[in-house]
Amino acid sequence: MSLMALREQLNMLLNSMYIEGLLDQQFQQLQMLQDASSPGFVAEVITLFCEDAERILTELTKLVDQAVVDFQKVDAYVHQLKGSSSSVGAQNVKLACIQFRQFCEENNKVGCLNALNVVKHHYYLLRNKFDTMLQLEQRIQAYDSKQQN
Amino acid sequence: MAVVAESQFHVLAVDDSLMDRKLIERLLKTSSFQVTAVDSGSRALQVLGLSEDLTSSPAVYPAHNEIEVNLVITDYCMPGMTGYDLLKKIKGSSSLRDIPVVIMSSENVPSRINRCLEGGAEEFFLKPVQLSDMKRLRPHILKGKSKEQQLQQEEEEEEETSISSNKRKAMDEELSPERRRLRLSNNNSLI
Repeated sequence: MSLMALREQLNMLLNSMYIEGLLDQQFQQLQMLQDASSPGFVAEVITLFCEDAERILTELTKLVDQAVVDFQKVDAYVHQLKGSSSSVGAQNVKLACIQFRQFCEENNKVGCLNALNVVKHHYYLLRNKFDTMLQLEQRIQAYDSKQQN
Repeated sequence: MAVVAESQFHVLAVDDSLMDRKLIERLLKTSSFQVTAVDSGSRALQVLGLSEDLTSSPAVYPAHNEIEVNLVITDYCMPGMTGYDLLKKIKGSSSLRDIPVVIMSSENVPSRINRCLEGGAEEFFLKPVQLSDMKRLRPHILKGKSKEQQLQQEEEEEEETSISSNKRKAMDEELSPERRRLRLSNNNSLI
């Protein structure tokens, strides 16, 4: 695929993510912070976010599965995930976390179980698109470095 | 008045989240700050040269090889020492209390914000922190620096006046018998 076609694909992907609410303005901030001196910045942040999110989701799955749920602990993890999704611009995940915290406050186990599923749904959707995004970026950067040689 | 040189200012960033540390580091570097990023309040105190040793006297003295930090920006919610705790430790230290401290938080809680401002924080940033927020940092650093210079100037002036006043005191004691009498009577009251 040509460089132009790759760039077009990436733009279309990003636009769809904004329109569908997967990403918000904060992601644009991250893109603005990437420049010649830190070309891998966005990729790095995305990777850190995904590692963090998956670690938290694993813990949450264990915690919400208990006979007696420790809602404070659950809330603490959801708060963390809400924070990092907010920092990366992962809008739908962030909103799902906010809902989740409501159920924690109400000590509602069923609510929490459902909310966790919603968060996972949004997170994995996003993860999928992030993977595609990073692959496209890598291919684009490979072109650029070839041109420089 | 002395002009502050446009040299790079050094900011100490404190956040337990690796992602947020990367983000604040990039924000600060993009805004031409030198950055040291640490993951806890206790590490921050180490960088600042304050020992956490409870057996030491309340006025802890910084180590001789500590790096100069012009501003501390810290997350509020951290395990162990919170950003507020760190703020109080910095403002409670005679050597560090003039370093401006900014607190960041993902939650907009007015009572929390007020508590931090009353505790001596210069500003409170809502997360996610934006590039535009970085502009608000420099004025606090410059204010701190000019205060530092003012204090230095005042100290120098005080030294000069105290030297000349000591000379005057010595002369006064020779010429004032009344003063001597008062001192003697004070001594008698000790019996």
